[in-house]
Amino acid sequence: MAYLPNGAAERRQMLDAVGVASVDDLFSAIPGRLRHPSLDLPAPLAEQDLVGELERLAARNHALGTVDAFLGAGVYRRYIPAIVRASIARPEFYSAYTPYQAEASQGTLQTIFEFQSMICALTGLDVANASLYDGATASAEAVMMAVAQTGRSRAVVAADIHPEVLSVIRTFGAGRGLEVVLSGDVARAAGDRDACVVVAQPGFLGTLSELAPIAAAARAAGALSICVADPVACALLEPPGEAGFDIAVGDGQPLGIPPSFGGPHVGFMAVRQELMRRLPGRLVGEARDHHGRRAYTLTLQAREQHIRREKATSNICTNHALMALAATVYMARMGAGGLRRVAEVSVQRAHHLFDRLVELDGISAVPPGQPFLWEFVVRVPGDAAEFAAQMRRQGIVAGLPLGRVDPSRRDQILVCCTETTSPAAIDRYVAAAARAMPAGEAA
Amino acid sequence: MNGVPPTAEWAGEEPLVFELSTDYEGGPREVASGVPERPLAELLPGVRLRAVPAQIPAVPEPVLARHLGRLARRNHHLHHGIYPLGSCTMKYNPVVDEQLAGLPGFADIHPYQDAADVQGALQLMWELERLLGEITGMARVSLQPAAGAHGEWTGLRMIQAYHAARGDTGRTRVLVPDSAHGTNPASAALAGMEVVTVRSNAAGTVDVDDLRSHLDGSVAAFMMTNPNTLGVFEKDVLEIAEAAHQEGALLYYDGANLNALVGMARPGDMGFDVVHLNLHKTFSTPHGGGGPGSGPVGVTAALAAFLPTPTVERDGDRFRLDGDRPQSIGKVRSFYGNFGMLVRAYAYLRTYGSSISDVARDAVLNARYLRSQLQDLFPMAVPTASMHEFVATTRGCRVPGLRAIDVSKRLLDFGVYAPTAYFPTTVPEALMFEPTETESKRSLDLLAAICAVIVGEAEGDLGFVQAAPHLTPVSRVDEVEAARKPILRWRAPG
Repeated sequence: MAYLPNGAAERRQMLDAVGVASVDDLFSAIPGRLRHPSLDLPAPLAEQDLVGELERLAARNHALGTVDAFLGAGVYRRYIPAIVRASIARPEFYSAYTPYQAEASQGTLQTIFEFQSMICALTGLDVANASLYDGATASAEAVMMAVAQTGRSRAVVAADIHPEVLSVIRTFGAGRGLEVVLSGDVARAAGDRDACVVVAQPGFLGTLSELAPIAAAARAAGALSICVADPVACALLEPPGEAGFDIAVGDGQPLGIPPSFGGPHVGFMAVRQELMRRLPGRLVGEARDHHGRRAYTLTLQAREQHIRREKATSNICTNHALMALAATVYMARMGAGGLRRVAEVSVQRAHHLFDRLVELDGISAVPPGQPFLWEFVVRVPGDAAEFAAQMRRQGIVAGLPLGRVDPSRRDQILVCCTETTSPAAIDRYVAAAARAMPAGEAA
Repeated sequence: MNGVPPTAEWAGEEPLVFELSTDYEGGPREVASGVPERPLAELLPGVRLRAVPAQIPAVPEPVLARHLGRLARRNHHLHHGIYPLGSCTMKYNPVVDEQLAGLPGFADIHPYQDAADVQGALQLMWELERLLGEITGMARVSLQPAAGAHGEWTGLRMIQAYHAARGDTGRTRVLVPDSAHGTNPASAALAGMEVVTVRSNAAGTVDVDDLRSHLDGSVAAFMMTNPNTLGVFEKDVLEIAEAAHQEGALLYYDGANLNALVGMARPGDMGFDVVHLNLHKTFSTPHGGGGPGSGPVGVTAALAAFLPTPTVERDGDRFRLDGDRPQSIGKVRSFYGNFGMLVRAYAYLRTYGSSISDVARDAVLNARYLRSQLQDLFPMAVPTASMHEFVATTRGCRVPGLRAIDVSKRLLDFGVYAPTAYFPTTVPEALMFEPTETESKRSLDLLAAICAVIVGEAEGDLGFVQAAPHLTPVSRVDEVEAARKPILRWRAPG
């Protein structure tokens, strides 16, 4: 078998050393009626056949690169520089373990320290952790952190939060009596019963919020302010920390990580200094070795499950270190200037598409006059899912028909452009959308 | 600095990216928008923009590549040497699985694409669920949890929902053995449950009498790892299952140690109701320096209604996502799981297929052989026969004062990673070894020989071993001082 290095001769020598006659004897502690179940499993595959089998499955998917893709909704197709993929493909990084033995893990530890520093720089906050699973669990962890910090059990959440994020916050909170209140105006809704106020920048539908008044209102209510932020937007907009927010969380997927059908991505979390000891998950700190040289190590582990067990700040054991490495290499390659340029190109292209779409009869902005970055909502005649299906027949993934997440928005579609959306694809979108309009709708 | 030994260029201090460049405004600009550009102030009226750029430098690619190359040399990893970490199952990660997960048909697909455009992905998930269900003896499996601990909490939430749906609302406690992984009690607390610890006996297994004394109508579940963290099979598992079920409690299987049993025995047949798996352990997806992992959870038919949404269902030859599950505990993360890891685990399972028990057979043989080679060097924590891992201790070895941490650190000098040290906490100076099935006999002999050398060195000069490591890129790191005054980010000088 491909991944079992020992042969019959070695096995014989090893059995003799152990002092048993057969491998089966090593399993004698298992009650007999449990042993050797008859399993309905397929025959083993040689590597060549395996590759053929999985290539056939992969070919049954329509990769975004083979269509004109305008789908965002929390997962973005951004250009990934070659060095990012090459770095996470190195066995020195992907096959390494959690860096408990600092002296043999300086590579992983230092890249995590760099990641933490970059997330602080992006969000304008003091301390960031080593990463979390994704933006949704990071948001839920932030809410539970606010519950622990304030001793309150209600969260005011902006109504335009990503539905996946909202759903995960609810699941996290359900076991611990969290009440979630949705509001279209979180600054007004915040009161002295609230542990936190949660707002997304941009919101799920692409809209932007004025952050500073929300942070101020939360502070006045004694609640923590949590911003679920797009990391690329943080390179362009006033960052959450500077607007007065206590916590910024989000998904680092746009930073050099492919969509991968929704995972693995990487969650990030940054907080004000006062909240440092409440952070969930791993933290890497600067240290000195016995010769006084700068080194890095996991630190403040007294917060964590392997030390504190049921009193830990979270049950998190792993983070998403390899995805954090991808984000770190991406950010180092791009720099703040390159990131901002990516954001600007996305904004320019999205606005160009938007302007041309709303010129078409039958298509209108929802709501009109709202500032947006690279993602916007338009109303189409009839069912947006039908509009998307017509566009798909012309090779275009037109966006997310919003009826899929909100039945009251069946006639609306969420459309996204990034720096990977070519101007030619935008032209094709506009032409196809014009053809998709039902005849006579112009009136 | 005085006394610092000379090192290779890549050893010693490595600059941070922030010290390699201070270019905060440059960076790649080859992307032209290609559309008529308008001023941002016009496109984003009233929106507050960043006043100063974030302090993230653009590092020229040749400089960045060498930085990453040097950092890579500072990591131990599986292509370099053995990683005998107990309970972590650091087995070789097949290279072909990495390549397959990177196929554009898997990596470049969006979770909100129409089901018709992602039939291959849905089929892969549907088939993986069946394979894992068959191996564990569970009726349904959710692939959504991102890691083992995440799976534990998901499983406990389903157990809560199961009891609640039966109107059995008084079950607020979870029983956990004293040798359990720290994530077990932490996950229970996260689910809002009270944790009660159950004692182990001298053989290292659950004290069934102590367990019975805790079982009553307040217990929601008993969480077990089998083989347990001492590597010992819980031979009373059938009696335990019966006792728990009689009192209305469910039995939870922590799959961290499934590598000992895969294909040889099924948790479902033992009476477990909920099983989480670590795909990054038994099913060989890489650890990535600490994630991403993947922690699917399997349940019996009685709990299937509570699985996280969505599930993947098959109608004839079409596959679809089903979000319409009214009794579901909801979503535990965004989308459908760490799909890229699911691709790798699926590839691994198809490689072994019906011969999957070969993995458990060699994993246990390797561990028992290594134990036989080390037992004269280090006392074993329990005399009981162990399976895929075993726990030794430096306490009582022939060098008084030799500690688990010293052996661990000195091993690093030989290009060998340390075993899991100081766990389980029930064993003083514990060294927990798990070689996995992907180590050759030659590799195990080398590890045993190195351990003998280290004990010999300690006999002659204990201080030398206590000062280890000597040959790693940095010497022993002062973790205590690092925690006293935490520096968790780079800041611009001055």
